[in-house]
Amino acid sequence: MSDERPLLQVRNVGHRYGDWLGCRDVSFDLWPGEVLAIVGESGSGKSTLLNTLSQRLDTSEGSIRYRLDGGDVVDLADLSESAVRRLWRSEWGFVHQNAADGLRMHVSAGGNVGEPLMANGWRHYGRIRAAATDWLERVEIPRDRVDDTPAAFSGGMRQRLQIARNLVVSPRLVFMDEPTSGLDVSVQARLLDLIRSLVSDLGLAMIIVTHDLAVARLISHRTLVMKDGHVIESGLTDRVLDDPQAPYTQLLVSSILQG
Amino acid sequence: MNPDQIEYNIGYLDEQTKRMIRRVLLKAVAIPGFQVPFASREVPLPRGWGTGGVQLTAAVIGADDTLKVIDQGADDTTNAVSIRAFFHKVAGAATTTRTEDATIIQTRHRIPEASLTYGQIMVYQVPIPEPLRFLEPRETETRRMHALNEYGLMYVKLYEDIARYGHIAKTYDYPVLVNHRYLMAPSPTPSFDNPKLHQSQALHIYGAGREKRIYAIPPYTDVESLGFDDFPFEPQHFDQPCAICGSTGVYLDEIITDDAGGVMYACSDTYHCERTAARLNEEIPA
Repeated sequence: MSDERPLLQVRNVGHRYGDWLGCRDVSFDLWPGEVLAIVGESGSGKSTLLNTLSQRLDTSEGSIRYRLDGGDVVDLADLSESAVRRLWRSEWGFVHQNAADGLRMHVSAGGNVGEPLMANGWRHYGRIRAAATDWLERVEIPRDRVDDTPAAFSGGMRQRLQIARNLVVSPRLVFMDEPTSGLDVSVQARLLDLIRSLVSDLGLAMIIVTHDLAVARLISHRTLVMKDGHVIESGLTDRVLDDPQAPYTQLLVSSILQG
Repeated sequence: MNPDQIEYNIGYLDEQTKRMIRRVLLKAVAIPGFQVPFASREVPLPRGWGTGGVQLTAAVIGADDTLKVIDQGADDTTNAVSIRAFFHKVAGAATTTRTEDATIIQTRHRIPEASLTYGQIMVYQVPIPEPLRFLEPRETETRRMHALNEYGLMYVKLYEDIARYGHIAKTYDYPVLVNHRYLMAPSPTPSFDNPKLHQSQALHIYGAGREKRIYAIPPYTDVESLGFDDFPFEPQHFDQPCAICGSTGVYLDEIITDDAGGVMYACSDTYHCERTAARLNEEIPA
C-alpha cells in the first residue's frame, strides 16, 4: 500500500457557521494506511473538521486535495455533487457515533450491508447476500442474524454492523466519529480491537474523532489535538501523549485517571 | 339555484388551468418517467378519489373524444359511471365501454386486456407518485436520487422481499425504469399489467392530484420492470381460466361466493369478459 504521494492533503481548512468559525487553519497530510486521531473536548471543532473533510459540510476556506483511486489528485471543492456522492459510495466510509444514523433500522442486516453494493451496481441477489454474510462474520455477527433488523441488535452489534456496511465496498478512506462512545467499556475494547485489525488487514487510511485519549493511543499512528477550532498540537500519537508540549494537551493528558 | 343554469367551461377546468396542465404534460412526455410538479386544482371529487386523473382527462378531452373509464377493470362501478357522466356533461364527449373505440381511457389501476393502439391515451389516477417514498421519506433526497440516477435503494426493497419471502413479493405498483433512465411508480396497477407498458403504442399519462405530480410514458418507450439477475421480474399469472368467459392469460378477480370458503375467479376487465362470453354464445347456439 505504500505510495509516495499522500491520500489527502489538507491546507488551511476551515468551516464557517455564519459568522462563527467551527474550525480554521487546519493543515495535515494523510498517507495511505495511516490512522489519524483528532482529539479534543466537546465543542473544540473536531466533528466539524471531520464533516468538512468528508464534504458533508462545505469548505469555507483552504483546500482539501484527494488522490483518487485512478491516481489523479483533485480538489474536493471542485468536484460536482454527483462526483462527491460517488466517492461516498465507492471510496469512502463514514461511521457515525450513533449507529441509527448510519443504518436503516427497519431493513435487515443483510440489506444494510448489501445496500452499498447495490448502489454500486450489483444486481445478483445470491452474490450480494454472500458478500453481506461474509462481512457479518468478519465483524463477529453470527450468520443466522442476517435477516434480523438492527432494531433487534445490541449497541455493540449495531456499531459493528455499521462498520461492515462501510467496509463492504473496500473503501480507501474511512471517517469515524466517536465510534466507541456510548458503549460499555468491555464492548469498547473489543470494538477497538476489531477496528484495529480490519484497518491493518485492509490497509485503510482512517480519520477518527474521539474525546477519549485511550482510543487514540490504541489505534492511531498520529494525533491532532484541537481546541477552540484550532489544531494546537500534532505529531506521533505516542509523542503527543507521552510528551505533550502544549499546555492544554498537558492538562488533557494529566486529567486521565491513573489506575 | 337551478343546477341547469350553471354554465361550466368545456372540460370543467378553466382555460388557464388546462393550458398549465398541457404545458406540464408536454414536459412530462419529453422526459419519460420524470415527475413534473403542477399546480393541482380542486375538482368535484375528494382528494384520493382520482383528482389527478380527472384533471388530466379534463385537460386533454374535447367534444370529438370518446371516453372510457374503468375502476379495477370494471366499467360499471360508481366511480367509473360518475366520471363518464361528468365528462359527458361538461365536455360533451361521447362515452363508451368498448376499449377499441375509446380515444381516452381513464383508469384506476388496470390496463385493459385488449391491446392499445397508437392514438389512444391512458390516464392513470396516482396516489403516491414517488417509488422511493417508503424507503426515503425526504422529498429533497429522493429528487436528488432521481437527478443523479442513484437507484440502489430500490433494490434494497427487492432484496428484503427475497430475503423474507423467497421471491419478490410486490404485486402492484411494481417499480419500472422508463427509457433506461427514470425510476417510476406505474400507479398501483397489478404487476400483471407491467409488460403491457413496454413499447406500448398508446400514450400513458399519470396524474397525482394530492401530491401535485404529473408524469408520462410516450408511445414506443422501453419500460423495464426491475429485478435481480438471479431473481428476474415475474408478472403475476393465474392457473385457472375465467369462470364466466373461460379466458386464459387475463387478470382475474377473486370473488367470494358464500360463507363456506367458496370462491370463483372472473375477469377483472368486464368489457373483455362480456365480449368473450358473447362470442362464446354465438359459436355454440343454444
